[in-house]
This record gives sequence, C-alpha cells and structure tokens, in this order.
Amino acid sequence: MRLVTRARLKSPWILHFDCGSCNGCDIEILAALTPKFDAERLGVVNIGDPKQADVIVVTGPANPRSARALRSLYEQTPDPKVVVAVGACAATGGVFRNCENVFGGVDKVIPVDVYVPGCAARPEQIIDGLLLALRKLKEKDGG
Amino acid sequence: MVSMETVFSAVALVAAPFAGGLLMGVDRKITARMQSRMGPPVLQPFYDVLKLWGKSPVITSRLQPILAFGYLGFSFLSVALLLFGGDLLSIVFTAALAEVCIVTVSMSAKSPYSYLGGRRELFCMLSTEPLMILSALSIYIVTRSFIVENVLTFEEPLLPLLPGAFIVTGIVLLIEMRKSPFDVSASSHAHQEIVRGVYTELSGYTMALVEVGHWIRTVLVLSIASIFWAPNILVGWGLALALLFMVILADNAFPRLSWQRMVKTSWALGFALIAANVLLLVVTGGATI
Ligand code: SF4
Repeated sequence: MRLVTRARLKSPWILHFDCGSCNGCDIEILAALTPKFDAERLGVVNIGDPKQADVIVVTGPANPRSARALRSLYEQTPDPKVVVAVGACAATGGVFRNCENVFGGVDKVIPVDVYVPGCAARPEQIIDGLLLALRKLKEKDGG
Repeated sequence: MVSMETVFSAVALVAAPFAGGLLMGVDRKITARMQSRMGPPVLQPFYDVLKLWGKSPVITSRLQPILAFGYLGFSFLSVALLLFGGDLLSIVFTAALAEVCIVTVSMSAKSPYSYLGGRRELFCMLSTEPLMILSALSIYIVTRSFIVENVLTFEEPLLPLLPGAFIVTGIVLLIEMRKSPFDVSASSHAHQEIVRGVYTELSGYTMALVEVGHWIRTVLVLSIASIFWAPNILVGWGLALALLFMVILADNAFPRLSWQRMVKTSWALGFALIAANVLLLVVTGGATI
C-alpha cells in the first residue's frame, strides 16, 4: 500500500454538518469524540474546515434550505473524500420523511458512501460507520 | 576536512523535523492521558502530514504556496543557524521572517477568519519577539557573546545565573506552540474557525508545509532552552523537555486568554523577570554592565 494511502486511513479528519436534524445525532457524534469513546485514538479530528476534511459526517434530512450549504461544503472538500450519513433522518428523512419541505435523505443532494442507522445513532455505531467509510476511502484509492 | 561537529550539526538538522513531529505526537498522547483518554498513536502527526501532502489542495490565494514554503524554509534556516553556531539575534530575526510568511499567508486570503487569525498572529509575534531578544541580551550580559558557539563553550551552566530568562523562554514556547492560555491565533487542537484562524485557508500540501514548519519552530525554542545547561547537552535537553511538559500542563489547566491579555501578560512577566534577573546578576557580581 502506498505510504500516503496508509496515512490517509489513519488520519480521518471529519467535517460535521447538521442539515436540520433534531440535534440528537449531533450530540452522539460529539459523544463519540469525548474521552469515553475517544475517536481521536483512531486519528479522528473534528476539523470543521471543508478544505481540510476527509470525511463529511451529515445528520438530518435534506431540505431546500440546507441543500445549498451541503452541496457547497461537498464541493469545497478536496478529493479523496467520503460521506457518512448519520441517523435515520440523514438516510431517508426519518421522522421528517413526509414533511413538505423535506426531500428525504441527504443522498438526494450529495453522494453518500456510508449510512449509519439509528434514531439517534449510537456513538459506537458512528465510530463503526467511520471505519467503514475508511475502507471505502481505501477502495477509492485503488488499495 | 569536514569536522566531527559539522557532521553532527548536519545530522541534527535533518533530524529536527522528525524530532519535532515525534514531540508533537508525545504531546498529543500526554494531553490525552491528562484528559483520561487513550489518545492517538505517537506517530499520528506524521500520518496527518503525509495525508495532507497527498490530498488535492485548494489554493485560495496566489501567494499561498510560495509563502508556505517560505515559512518552512525560514524555520529551517533558523534551526540551521543555531546548530552551526550562528548568532542568537540572527536566529531570532530569521524565526521572525518565517512568522511574517505565515501572517502574510493568512492575510492574503479573502476570509474573515483567516484575516483575523493573521492579525492575531501578529500580536503573538509582538509578544514573543521582545522576549526572545531580551533573553538573548541577558545571555549576552553573562557570556559577553551572542554567538551560539561561544555561549555553548561558556564554562558555567547558565540556568543558575539566568533563571528568569529560562522562564521567559518557557513563555515563548507556550505562545509558539499555540497552547492555552495563549492559543489565540491558532490552536493545536481540533478547534474551529477563529481559534484556528491562521490555518483556515490552508489545505493539502500548504497545510502540511506549515505543520512541519511549526514542528521545527518548536524544536528551535526547545533547543534555545537547552542552551541554558550548555556544558552537558543531556541535562540541557532534560530541562527543555521539562519545560515542554510544563507547557502541556498549562495547556490543559488554563482557559484561553484574549489577545490583549496575552500581550499584556507576556510583556509584564517577560520584562519583570528579565529585569529582576539582570539586577540580581549585577548585585551578586555575576555580571558587569
Ligand atoms: S435520526 Fe432521530 S435522533 Fe437523529 S437527528 Fe433524526 S430525529 Fe434526531
């Protein structure tokens, strides 16, 4: 495996974006980063800057308001990148599914690589999702 | 004929970035342990930089790449000057040049966060530069030389004579490593927006270059701290690492101060410590002015 690819798998910097969730999944994402779950031991850093991010972690359903911001963030994130949709909302629209302002899952706006189920998703699942995303990143790299 | 010392200096120069990266890794590990976390592997900073190097960059201003190289280059030059026994003042000025590069990088991008970060970086410079010059001056008062080679061969260890200057070097290290309470322009932790202002517009290889430059600058300040026990380089580096540990402790114990307070605190502490130190030297006859 190339040195850079190997480094990439050990250093996933995440960009966390809330598309309009109830905040439940966002709290769980932050919980995954706190000392109890300590996602930083896997190199995960919540960087918040799309230009430096490798993994875009999205919560909440896609809607016309947030779609613009989401698309912009996706475009600002340089390749290689992966998208993780956290929670039922981000996957399908969840409890907001039939609201008139909701498109559905975030995959209606940007391509999604990994779906983490749950309402709210558990921190362990989110970390699992991140690891799966890294495997996809490796595949994208041809590794 | 190349002397042994030159070979040693050249090897140390090549090793400087690696040592810096390793120190950053150890810093992250110790910080994690202090917060009862496991923390990332010690080699994490190297993974981060390698990854950044391989990522497609987003260049937001035309000056960005050249100035990122400038930051790394001048940081390297300042360490080289130190290792090859140059002049303490020219080391301080070369390090300042690197700082000018990073300020210009942040101010050249059209982003309010980055711009403010650059402005705050200027205040960091304003805090560290006078302290570094004063430390160098107090070393001069004792050893009668600014040349590192002469300072290193001074018969006595400097720490008992210049404890004030040593603490001032610690304050410089605190600001230089962007640690709380003085992490106003950027932070080594996963903060966002204005707290990492200087880094906001950097990405890919420009970010990697700046990161390595930062490692080298940390090594520079630590090497300056190690001069305070020049007769025995191991004791010197022990002292420098103890200083590093104190900085990490401070980072985890103190909240962030505003940049105004940073300038005031560092100036007040720095000037007072150096003045008291020099006064003590004159009274005890350790030096003549
Ligand atoms: S999936 Fe459930 S917990 Fe998560 S954001 Fe949607 S409604 Fe909230």
